Amino acid sequence: MSRITETFERLKREGRKAFIPYITAGDPDLATTESLILALADVGADILELGVPFSDPMADGPVIQRASERALRNPIGVTDILDLVERVRTRTEIPIVLFTYFNPLLRLAEENPGARLKRAGIDGVLITDLIPEEAGGLIDDLRRVDIDTIFLVAPTSTDERIGFIANVSRGFIYVVARTGVTGVGESVSEDVKRIVERVRRYSTLPVAVGFGISKPEHVRDVWQYADGAVVGSRLVLEVENNLGDSNLVEKVARLAAGLIS
Amino acid sequence: MDFTALPDASGHFGQYGGSFVPETLMHPLEELKAAYSEASLDESFQLEFHTLLREFVGRPTPVTYAERLTGHFGGAQIYLKREDLNHTGAHKINNALGQILLAKRMGKRRIIAETGAGQHGVATATVCAMTGLQCVVYMGTEDMKRQALNVFRMRLMGAEVVGVESGSRTLKDAINEALRDWVTNVGDTHYLLGSVLGPHPYPMMVRDFQSVIGREARGQMMARCGRLPDYLLACVGGGSNAIGLFYEFLNDESVKMIGVEAGGRGLTLGEHAARFLDEGGGSIGVLQGTRSYVLQDPRGQIALTHSISAGLDYPSIGPEHAFLHDRKRVDYVSASDDEALEAFQLISRMEGIIPALESAHAIAHLARLAPRLSKDEIILVNLSGRGDKDVNTIAERLGVKL
Repeated sequence: MSRITETFERLKREGRKAFIPYITAGDPDLATTESLILALADVGADILELGVPFSDPMADGPVIQRASERALRNPIGVTDILDLVERVRTRTEIPIVLFTYFNPLLRLAEENPGARLKRAGIDGVLITDLIPEEAGGLIDDLRRVDIDTIFLVAPTSTDERIGFIANVSRGFIYVVARTGVTGVGESVSEDVKRIVERVRRYSTLPVAVGFGISKPEHVRDVWQYADGAVVGSRLVLEVENNLGDSNLVEKVARLAAGLIS
Repeated sequence: MDFTALPDASGHFGQYGGSFVPETLMHPLEELKAAYSEASLDESFQLEFHTLLREFVGRPTPVTYAERLTGHFGGAQIYLKREDLNHTGAHKINNALGQILLAKRMGKRRIIAETGAGQHGVATATVCAMTGLQCVVYMGTEDMKRQALNVFRMRLMGAEVVGVESGSRTLKDAINEALRDWVTNVGDTHYLLGSVLGPHPYPMMVRDFQSVIGREARGQMMARCGRLPDYLLACVGGGSNAIGLFYEFLNDESVKMIGVEAGGRGLTLGEHAARFLDEGGGSIGVLQGTRSYVLQDPRGQIALTHSISAGLDYPSIGPEHAFLHDRKRVDYVSASDDEALEAFQLISRMEGIIPALESAHAIAHLARLAPRLSKDEIILVNLSGRGDKDVNTIAERLGVKL
């Protein structure tokens, strides 16, 4: 059983829901990312989404675009991030989902990227611009080493697509809360609940909701009907607002703690 | 093999193409695919498209015998397919017209587009004005500077031009921004993509709308010369004018084809936009919805590119070109900024035709190819656009104050 599945099962036994923060690796540098992972795990993150910065983040809004730009001031790629995860793994067992665009992942030189990801201690992979139909051998590669393949379901997904996506998903299913790019949101649409219900008709996997989740009330709201809430841009914005501050990590962690208190 | 039979049902040209997009875009892409395949079989749609190509765009465009240029090089007979004579001054209008009719048919009210050189933006603004649809064009601020005239033309026709400040502030960044807009406004918006790039069905659909170039040229060459040309020559940014000319000839073994990429200032990564250049930094990757050759660093970050011509300044290339390259059906070469600049001046003086800087890259390779060939060989060059938009750039490069 994967660490992600174990986590959701434990939370279920405890009657709790998952808090899943996202940060962009290397923003503003890899050392800060390492501290942030540990600090977020400490304040109650159940699963961590670690973003691979990409030069052309077409599915991201301005906040994560700027984070990618900051991270890429130093040359950084998937292997640097995997090295970071390998280091951090000696200090935390928090499940880590690699959240990436497809192109940087394609540069993993090895024949079998699954083995490299596994060695680093990655638990799941979510590729923003990869639909299951185009994943080819990658799904099998990852499955062989028990890394969860997480795919997005969008408000525009037809029932047929939801069924298909549910079939190839492992770990959890990620429901995109709005048509649009990542970003800080003012409210969570009523429709999200209905999308989650639609997903549940096709899958018994846990369902997490992300995109625009940025306030404690959003998290509470999503937890009413989903199994997890992903908060990305709001945390990344907090990184941005505290650049150069020696207390950056604590401030981001405090914000994260506040989101689930 | 039948080169014209691709892509397959899911948009693949061999290992290239496909749909690499966030899930949110899959449904609109499927809708688009369905609407397009319906429209391509609908005679009334085809009739409307071809009537407007004739009455609004001014097609067919002529083929011109370049007598002085032929004499100057002293080799092959040179013919020019005059896409510069289209309404709005480039081949881009062929595709813009096709897609706007499709968007109307799909009941879309709002059109978004990206533009590099501004020619696709102008073509889109034009067809939006003609049909009364709302038009938003994304354009890198670097390109807005280089192509200020086209920005003004778009605004004159009622389009909103939105400057894009991210990345290299050129075509690639404009496409990112257009994709972000589309993913946010999928309900009422059609993304009128301007080249044979992006997710399926765009590379196929844009090619089909542009293939009018080659269909006309084939008949015109048969009428004029009694046979097919030996060589087809076209510049390649995303590759829509090239595939538009080549497609109709792909199964004619006697016709050799050459695509000319932007060699920019030099062969180092970042200094050019030649995706197929050996050791140039191009390798197979996924960018903006499609798998193709991509200029990138070893970490998979997309490289910056440079070309004197905004329309060729893009780190990837249409997936069908990647396929034709690997199958060696089309040869790809590059021409530098300086060579293009020289060719630009040469054809202006010799033929009284001021070409777009993009098209000047094809002429630059013509200068290498034509002298090597015999007088009974025929080269047909796609003169994809006119150069009015580029005169400021040229004047600056030549040190002339306008």
